[in-house]
Amino acid sequence: MRRFALIALPYAWLLALFLVPFGIVLKISLSDIALAIPPYTPTLDLSEGWAGFKDFLAALDFENFTFLTTDDLYWKAYLSSLQIAALATFITLIVGYPIAYGMANAPDHWRPTLMMLVILPFWTSFLIRVYSWMGILSTEGYLNQLLLWAGLISEPLVILNTPTAVYIGIVYTYLPFMILPIYSTLERMDGSLLEAAEDLGCSRLTAFWLVTVPLSKNGIVAGCFLVFIPTIGEFVIPSLLGGSRTLMIGKVLWEEFFNNRDWPVASAVAVVLLLILIIPIILFQRNEQKSREAEG
Amino acid sequence: MRRLTWFNATSLTLGFAFLYLPMLILIVYSFNESKLVTVWAGFSTKWYGTLVQNEAFLDAAVVTLKVAVTSSTIATVLGTMAALVLVRAGRFPGRTLFSGMIYAPLVMPEVITGLSLLLLFIGIGLDRGILTIILAHTTFSMAFVAVVVSSRLMSFDRSLEEAALDLGCSAFDAFRLVTLPIIAPAVISGWLLAFTLSLDDLVIASFTAGPSATTLPIKIWSSIRLGVSPEINALSTIMIGIVAVGVITASLVTKRASLRQQAEERAAAQQV
Repeated sequence: MRRFALIALPYAWLLALFLVPFGIVLKISLSDIALAIPPYTPTLDLSEGWAGFKDFLAALDFENFTFLTTDDLYWKAYLSSLQIAALATFITLIVGYPIAYGMANAPDHWRPTLMMLVILPFWTSFLIRVYSWMGILSTEGYLNQLLLWAGLISEPLVILNTPTAVYIGIVYTYLPFMILPIYSTLERMDGSLLEAAEDLGCSRLTAFWLVTVPLSKNGIVAGCFLVFIPTIGEFVIPSLLGGSRTLMIGKVLWEEFFNNRDWPVASAVAVVLLLILIIPIILFQRNEQKSREAEG
Repeated sequence: MRRLTWFNATSLTLGFAFLYLPMLILIVYSFNESKLVTVWAGFSTKWYGTLVQNEAFLDAAVVTLKVAVTSSTIATVLGTMAALVLVRAGRFPGRTLFSGMIYAPLVMPEVITGLSLLLLFIGIGLDRGILTIILAHTTFSMAFVAVVVSSRLMSFDRSLEEAALDLGCSAFDAFRLVTLPIIAPAVISGWLLAFTLSLDDLVIASFTAGPSATTLPIKIWSSIRLGVSPEINALSTIMIGIVAVGVITASLVTKRASLRQQAEERAAAQQV
């Protein structure tokens, strides 16, 4: 009985506030936009019973999904989200790996502090961390002031409201997610393997490529997924730093809903986004399982 | 083989400079006299003064704290229950769906979570306000609590609990007196995580908040969309300060607790 209550309470909460809402999104994605409150049709009228339910089903169609394929905006937004997420993940890896490597090679008594310094930004407001780059990157911002003062440029660079600013924002905010899994694999690495490789005539660089990188593969893969997956649906970074020229699907969904008030199309965008995300999520879980088995 | 070569030292220095310089600049320029944020015109704390007089920000801060405290507390209770179910309950009908629903919010884009919850609230005719934000935040943060607590439960030695049961404890007492104190650090960090996620959230709150309740991130969002503002710099500095003090205190407390535990274990070993 007690076991039943233990299962039932969180189960019921998640059903009501997680699964049912998805059912509603799916339903509305198959509905038509209407000038009404709520602004879509048909609405399910339970008082009409079975006949009403059949009418309701008959009125659903895939029109919104075909609309997504006919209007350039949507597939371009999906594509450019994937592209931005992939390139940003790669840059984050290039920036994050040396930091994780440096942490793993730092003296033992430094490491708790370094660890805390990596985690600290994660606890600070995401919005503020993105915002802090607006002052740096704007045309009259600190970076341009510095470069002009140093005489490296004669005209201020336009960085804010371009895709470059979006990449900087993503790398900055998601860096801890890349560093931590790589650091945890590097920290556990057996240093004698490197000594063995060098004794056998490897240069340091070759030993790094042939020993360290393969051994930290699980951390690299985990870090990349932890950056890639949330970046695809990112809204705050492209809105604050990307300007109107950066197309990302999270922003399109937001605008479709709040500015155009087209609930059915916004729902269809959400459904397709979810379908796209399922693939990397499954791959990520496979990788996690494999590394858990390797440890166990 | 630990080597702090020049390469490692450089990458650490550059890496941490990259992580901390933007926030440092923000803090420094929050004490800037000028209204033009990017031009330094002398030291002043006047933006802090205008900030504390800004009632819209204060109201939003109060709403944010209410939402964060309530939602993280409910999420901790539900998330701990969910973790117990995941680790302990064994097989039951619908288990796959249950664990799926626990892990899904971790990777779900916020725009989708927000949209779906908003459509639900409108569907059942629930007026948007503080209650709907609490419901939304509880739902997505209980997943994080469940993950944190279940990883602690997996390494938990069940024989301790069995001993309590053998000695005549009821199942609930055994949980309250044995299990809970041991998993408490994980439950507390779960609560803190849920609390921070709630404080931080813009997207889900924007979907589920109504005109009667605005949270701080929503308020910040609407003022920074137009550009950098000195008041927001001051507000950011306060928020960064609170987090820094909190995290450093927490890490010192855990460090002292683990040192004390080691000392006690050593003392106990000497007595034997």
